[in-house]
Amino acid sequence: MSETDAALTDQKPASRRGVAARREPDAVDRRLINALQGDFPVLEAPFAAVGASLGLTESEVIQRLQALLDDHVLTRFGPMFQIERMGGAFCLAAMAVPEADWQRVVDAVNACPEVAHNYRREHALNMWFVLATEAPEGIAACARRIEALTALTVHLFPKEREYFVEMKLEA
Amino acid sequence: MNLVDTAPASEAELDRRIVLATQGGLPLVPRPYAAVAERVASDEATVRARLLAMLADGRIRRMGAVPNHYAIGYTANGMSVWDVDDSVVDAVGERVGGLAFVTHCYRRPRHLPDWPYNLFAMVHAASREAALERVAEIAALIEREFQGACRRRDVLFSTGILKKTGLRIGG
Repeated sequence: MSETDAALTDQKPASRRGVAARREPDAVDRRLINALQGDFPVLEAPFAAVGASLGLTESEVIQRLQALLDDHVLTRFGPMFQIERMGGAFCLAAMAVPEADWQRVVDAVNACPEVAHNYRREHALNMWFVLATEAPEGIAACARRIEALTALTVHLFPKEREYFVEMKLEA
Repeated sequence: MNLVDTAPASEAELDRRIVLATQGGLPLVPRPYAAVAERVASDEATVRARLLAMLADGRIRRMGAVPNHYAIGYTANGMSVWDVDDSVVDAVGERVGGLAFVTHCYRRPRHLPDWPYNLFAMVHAASREAALERVAEIAALIEREFQGACRRRDVLFSTGILKKTGLRIGG
């Protein structure tokens, strides 16, 4: 990563940052979350516009959002990029990680900036993660790097076809 | 913070800077797009126009909040996987993707002999039992409409989010 890019991304090491939510959202938070899963307005003062539709002030919206992010009730807030439309690629990947090696492998995998999400699942393939790279060939390169780092096989499950789904979850 | 001190960026370069500046999230300030403009050495109107262009052509899927599924009550996150006859897998996928409780649905390659599944459908629910009921609903639908097409299925529940940052280019 170049210095300019690093300065722009604000990325914290995810492996050191817990992702479990620290609290439950209250009723107002839930209304806000539901409203914000739709289209956040691309207006000069979007938080004021969202607040107006919910009976909240601009600063209440901003403070609640900040608290929801700080408490990991929300995992992010902003544009969700479709990297494939920018010439890049996403790929689901899985590994069978021995329990004794679990934390070492979590740290190694999560330290890769290409790893966008990572979940533990109940199966012999117990670690499932998504790689996102700026160029399609980056997927195989990243998988090989993770294999070299962990001495485990990375199974790639590229998307062959995406079926239509509605992405929102009611809070 | 200005990224560059040179002449105005090309549209493609500006878009890339906007991606880098917002992939970690939108600034939580009253005029977030003005804040982004400052970071990418542009102006607010141009940044908003570029974001709308990226929304229109699909480079941005949507703008808004990504909730932690667990925090908003969806504690059971089951990745259902299906071994569906290749001749009907796309028809099955369209049907399953259309179900309200399925949040992602993809066709992916099998990894024989250990992984015979070619259709993935993510199911979110408030409990494991509820998720399993929904998986049973999917199975019943497939059997009713595509008799004999599904040979085997499994559900991989997640037991922990290890990382969820979304994509990070620039690495």
